[in-house]
Amino acid sequence: MSTLRVIPCLDVKNGRVVKGVNFKDLVDMGDPVELAKTYFEQGADELTFLDVSASLEARNATIRAVSEVAEQVFIPLTVGGGIKTSDDVADLLSAGADKVSISSAAINNPELLTEIVQRFGSQVLVSSIDAKRTENGFELFTHGGTKATGVILEDWILFCNQVPVGELLVNSIDHDGTGDGFDIEMTALAVKLSEVPVIASGGAGTANHFADVLEAGVDAVLAAGVFHRGEISISQAKESMANKGAEVR
Amino acid sequence: MKKTVVVFDYGSGNVHSAVKALEKVGARVELTSDFQASLDADGLVIPGVGAFDQVMKLLKESSLDRIIDKRLASSRPVLGICVGMQVLFDQGIEHGITSEGLGQWPGTVEKLKAEKLPNIGWNRVHSGEGSELFKGLQDEYFYFVHSYAAKKLELDVMPPFIAPVLSHSAHGEEFLAAIENGPLSATQFHPEKSGEQGLQLLQNWLGTIK
Repeated sequence: MSTLRVIPCLDVKNGRVVKGVNFKDLVDMGDPVELAKTYFEQGADELTFLDVSASLEARNATIRAVSEVAEQVFIPLTVGGGIKTSDDVADLLSAGADKVSISSAAINNPELLTEIVQRFGSQVLVSSIDAKRTENGFELFTHGGTKATGVILEDWILFCNQVPVGELLVNSIDHDGTGDGFDIEMTALAVKLSEVPVIASGGAGTANHFADVLEAGVDAVLAAGVFHRGEISISQAKESMANKGAEVR
Repeated sequence: MKKTVVVFDYGSGNVHSAVKALEKVGARVELTSDFQASLDADGLVIPGVGAFDQVMKLLKESSLDRIIDKRLASSRPVLGICVGMQVLFDQGIEHGITSEGLGQWPGTVEKLKAEKLPNIGWNRVHSGEGSELFKGLQDEYFYFVHSYAAKKLELDVMPPFIAPVLSHSAHGEEFLAAIENGPLSATQFHPEKSGEQGLQLLQNWLGTIK
């Protein structure tokens, strides 16, 4: 068995790390390379970068940041945000990324997932799911959580099993940035349906939340603001999970 | 003087990290598939990401089979990583298709019998007795990304040759995490992605190069 992974996520805009609440009101959190090094020293199992830049120039700044991090931090790097073609994936991999995460935006272009897997293998692909509770159940949203897709979580996961993607990152829009804890019900449903490892995301506020989500059967947990603001350290999150019986590194 | 290492570049996935990690531990690294450079380097690293048959096809096109034979004939170190380890075996079975490997070791690379694949994450490695690679790294965690693995290596070794050092890990079932067989070594995990422990292992490997 692999250990339970703790993955800090760095939202990157114009080469800086930012964080908002419910995808809005972005606040500057610091330099990606410095933050990455700090997390590496704290025992992060992986790092995820989410590029929230809009312009092409800003995206190149992100690619440079990824490349710098990859030269100094020797743990797996996942990069997501704005990936539209498999050539974009090739650029990120050659900059030093190990995996890419493709958001729910892939709903409009599911062939992209298949193409990435054929070209680079399943292990490079994380399907990143932004979902929230609606009258349809757990529904997938795009555009920073503002646009409903009509696709429900269950159907998307079954599609991901078919591709097959390497991992699922399941982010709760309802819980994201609230600090109230992960959406355990939604995460457990994803774990039950998925044939690949599941990463829980959205809502971590205390070290106990990392232990609470274990009951959903996850393989990894991802959080951003709670680490960037220094409210808890990676090692505190791991200690909390270890106390609940999880094997951590 | 710095030791020279060629990271064999045959168009497989992310090799950036392997290069950077080897530089970090003091090697002079060249990323190339040049025949002569790959023979001349003090150490040769075969990275590998993706499918067994695809990697084999690319490797044969770059004459890696001949490069390895020539290097091993003069005891010059070779290190295979991930699929770069798997292709050193006789054959691999992926999606029901059997592909021929480089045949340095007898045996078959097969899918792990586990509830969830790929095996992504940090697994503890139990290193074999007398290991050089894991010196100071007994029972440490290393980063794995794979669905397939070699489960055993059975070699009839007659003196003066010594038996290979086998290190194990488990995901659903036990598998070979690393092999040290004279100048030919391999890891199923990614040392270049395994933090300080991974860097230490690469440094240990460089240390085995005379």
